[in-house]
Amino acid sequence: MKSLEELKKLREKLQSDTKLRAADGIKVIVGMGTCGIAAGAREVMAALMEEVKKRGLAGVVFQQTGCIGMCEKEVLVDIILPGAPRITYGNVRPSDAGRLVAEHVINGQIVKDLVVAKSV
Amino acid sequence: MRDLSLHILDLVQNAVAAGGKNISLLIEEDEKKDFLTIAVKDDGKGMTPDFAAKVKDPFATTRTTRKVGLGLPLIDMTAERAGGRLDIASRPGRGTTVTAVYRLSHIDRPPLGDIAATVKIIAAGCQGIFFRYEHRKGRNVFVLDTKQMREILGEEVDFGESAVMEWLDGFLREGLLALDKTEG
Ligand SMILES: Nc1ncnc2c1ncn2[C@@H]1O[C@H](COP(=O)(O)OP(=O)(O)OP(=O)(O)O)[C@@H](O)[C@H]1O
Ligand SMILES: [Mg+2]
Repeated sequence: MKSLEELKKLREKLQSDTKLRAADGIKVIVGMGTCGIAAGAREVMAALMEEVKKRGLAGVVFQQTGCIGMCEKEVLVDIILPGAPRITYGNVRPSDAGRLVAEHVINGQIVKDLVVAKSV
Repeated sequence: MRDLSLHILDLVQNAVAAGGKNISLLIEEDEKKDFLTIAVKDDGKGMTPDFAAKVKDPFATTRTTRKVGLGLPLIDMTAERAGGRLDIASRPGRGTTVTAVYRLSHIDRPPLGDIAATVKIIAAGCQGIFFRYEHRKGRNVFVLDTKQMREILGEEVDFGESAVMEWLDGFLREGLLALDKTEG
């Protein structure tokens, strides 16, 4: 049974964890307005989280945001690497999560066919 | 929207957008009275009585990127269709409570859906917000409180971190399962 006791143990583990937090400062933001949710934003977010977990990346921060007015391009995902412009991906599906994490989050390569906007 | 867990995500997103710092979600399944209640409460910026009264209308939205708001009108529609209603209680500067009631056994009541997935994403993605989830079913109660998590994990740990999310996932799924099992 997962319990609060287990969460306490987790704290010790997280604190003693000296592995390089290579992903520190990386942000992944998923649009969660009504339009985004209806288009599958929750599943996309879950798939991205799963990819990050699978690869043992520590420090990636997930956030949600409301609708930004590109409803027809939902699901929208922003990836921000430290010191790099904010890249917005559109029409993202759960099956794109692997590519976004492997190519962009890990290797810093923009996944060109999914980009809809770029901003600083 | 396929199920109620997606509507819930929508309601919480509204609460976050309103600047709520303490957000709570209550789900109550009452088989005896045949009600399912979903209530999302926040201490965000609130709405004037005038605005709250017309917010079920898709053309009432303060959003600037699109002319219509869809979240509340959709929830209002599904609740009414399932023998229930949507209530909005709000005070400017104080906060808002949105309550959707459904008839539990109504054939048009959407299923609850994947509540664990919804709550996990809220808990993991709500930076700087305290979120409390309480689920009642008969005499059973399940609670997840991110304030308690914060006390245990300390300030520096991000709940979006994979080890924490894994814990969240297990805690939620087992807790929700227990709501069903010991019933009766
Ligand atoms: N918890 C809340 N606190 C304060 N204002 C709210 C709250 N929930 C909704 N509102 C107001 O009601 C309006 C309509 O909400 P609704 O969810 O229907 O649409 P929306 O959030 O504007 O857009 P979307 O279609 O992406 O949900 C919002 O624009 C906001 O002004
Ligand atoms: Mg909304």
